[in-house]
Amino acid sequence: MAYKVPRPNLTFAEKIYLPSVLAGLKITLGHLWRMLRGKTHVCMQYPEEKWDSHLPDHYRGAPTLVSDEFGRTRCVACQLCEFICPPRAIRITPGEIPTDDTFAKVEKYPEQFQIDMIRCIYCGLCEEVCPEQAIFLKKEYAIARTSRAEMMHNKAKLIEMGGLQPGVVNKWNEKK
Amino acid sequence: MSPILFWIFSALMLGFGAATILNRNPVASALSLVVSFLGLAALFFGLDANFIGVIQILVYAGAVMVLFIFIIMLLDLKAEQRRQINIPALLGGVAIVVAFTAQLVTVIRSYKAGNEPFAAITPNLPDAHNIGMTLFANYNLPFQVIGVLILVASIGVVVLSQRELK
Amino acid sequence: MNAILQFLSDPLPFLVWTTLAKSAGLLGVVLVMVSYTVYAERRVSSLMQDRLGPNRTGFPTSLLGFGIKDWSPFLGGLGQPIADALKLLLKEDFTPAYVNKFYYWIAPGLGIGAAIISLAVIPFGSSIAGVDMVIANVDIGPLFVFAISSLGVYGIVLAGWSSNSKYPFLGAVRSTNQLISYELALGLSIVPLILIIGKLNLVEIVSYQVQNGWMLLPGITAKAPHLPTLEQFLTWIPVFIAFLVFTISMFAETNRLPFDLPEAETELVSGYHTEYSSLKFALFFLGEYTAMITGSALIVTLFLGGWHFPGIPDGSAAGWLGVMWGLVNIGVFLAKVVAFLIFFIFIRWTLPRFRYDQLMKLGWIWFFEIALVNIFITALIVTYVH
Repeated sequence: MAYKVPRPNLTFAEKIYLPSVLAGLKITLGHLWRMLRGKTHVCMQYPEEKWDSHLPDHYRGAPTLVSDEFGRTRCVACQLCEFICPPRAIRITPGEIPTDDTFAKVEKYPEQFQIDMIRCIYCGLCEEVCPEQAIFLKKEYAIARTSRAEMMHNKAKLIEMGGLQPGVVNKWNEKK
Repeated sequence: MSPILFWIFSALMLGFGAATILNRNPVASALSLVVSFLGLAALFFGLDANFIGVIQILVYAGAVMVLFIFIIMLLDLKAEQRRQINIPALLGGVAIVVAFTAQLVTVIRSYKAGNEPFAAITPNLPDAHNIGMTLFANYNLPFQVIGVLILVASIGVVVLSQRELK
Repeated sequence: MNAILQFLSDPLPFLVWTTLAKSAGLLGVVLVMVSYTVYAERRVSSLMQDRLGPNRTGFPTSLLGFGIKDWSPFLGGLGQPIADALKLLLKEDFTPAYVNKFYYWIAPGLGIGAAIISLAVIPFGSSIAGVDMVIANVDIGPLFVFAISSLGVYGIVLAGWSSNSKYPFLGAVRSTNQLISYELALGLSIVPLILIIGKLNLVEIVSYQVQNGWMLLPGITAKAPHLPTLEQFLTWIPVFIAFLVFTISMFAETNRLPFDLPEAETELVSGYHTEYSSLKFALFFLGEYTAMITGSALIVTLFLGGWHFPGIPDGSAAGWLGVMWGLVNIGVFLAKVVAFLIFFIFIRWTLPRFRYDQLMKLGWIWFFEIALVNIFITALIVTYVH
């Protein structure tokens, strides 16, 4: 059934439209005036002012490889992050840990670990899927370089950015 | 007006007038006509008839031809570009043009007053004022009659187009 | 040297070189004004929306050792127009393969040419050293502006048609309709003024206003400002109506919001210049803002006393004093135009766009009729007053 939208009954002032123009101007010019007097809190002036100290702990910045308090890079090169990465930004070349090492039973370690930051979409799936709590998205977000090569984060760079991650489970330690 | 400018604008006007007829693309024809009008307006300006010159631009080039082009663009005429040249019609047209030109030339040459120098015109500016005085003081009745005639014509157009819609 | 000076002060060469100098000066001023109008548009709009707008591309004052920060919330960004112009120049000038090349190339030139030529009859100052500050002092001032700006529609129409694309074509069709409709109201709305003043020459219209008070503010004359007399008040009524109709029609003629349907972004991508890029787009952009300046200059000339401001004499005094006052007059005129441009910008960022049928209804049913009736009212009042 057709529904007829009722037309509003406009007064004369509404019909000639000019009062509404003035009312609109009053609003916009009010904003302009408050702005000119510096009464309005405006957006942040980015490179000079930053929000870094307010970033939450779960902020998803650049993915990094973290180390635990024993100085061990926690990644075991299981390649789950490589498989789940939606833009396929991660490339891992696994290597074998020699038998005389303290952590020989871990068996694998990443010989190379590359994240292409041009591809990375900061989704955090790698952090979520990692069974070893080895990859974390840290708070670094201003990743812009002048060449593609610099945008390719290699293992050394990732470990350096990751640093020490406290409060992780050390499941490879010897049982006491 | 400098004779050089007169010849330049006359050539512009006639050249683009010819282009109006010779162009196959309707939009190009219409635009040539616009340039032709502009040349005509420039000739008026050269004769210190600023008002007529500007009305020429305002009414013909600025309003009438814009509407023409508007319609041409909406219709998207392609038939004109596909048409073949009709030799007998072409010859007939040329013959008529030649005959008409010959007659015009003979009439003008036999018109003795054409050779006599024109009495100097004292510039009586502004010309908008002159035109207004002439129209509304000397020829008021014919002016009103023409106005009514045009009104009747436009009402007639509205009535006719309404009837066609039904 | 003396021979050259002698030659330059002969009537004809004098006319030629002063006209050339005036044209070049006006063109330079207008082009700079256009680029800074674009900047003002962006800054004012952002300030009205609680943002800052372009505040980075400053002139490198710190390099010159002034010790001022290159950017600041309110003064930075003055270099933005230069950067924008360079950007537009350096962009790829792309011509789509399916366009009608000839018309596609001449359309931008037609648009900006019309806008600039119509500035020729605007008196932008009183006189400097005996030279009238108007490029062409003709007896048909406002008609000339209307005639030339009505040719500007060819630029838009040809751009839309030759682009051979749907949105530009729709934009061009809308634009043609809109310009033709509002030209009527625009032309008719100034007839009352001409009835009252009795002159079609813009220079004489301004000098009438200097003697008898500005058309819109009849109390302001060359003599002491006073309250308008009864006669002045009576003639002020139709002038005010004419001012409203003329100004609003000017918004429509220059494709400004709330009447920017030819390039309504949300409906037509960007209207008739969708297929244009780089310098050709820049020409359309320039043309649009130049038309805005021409419109404001015409409003200022017709209704707001042109270069006149109470207390400031014209440039007829002898020697350097006259030159100085002449320059001040030009400054007053430009200040008035800038005020009007800012008003244009305020309106643009305040009002929503009209619907197309509302636009046509406003033009044909309201403004056309109001302007016609206004002429009759004026005729009655003028007969009564004289």
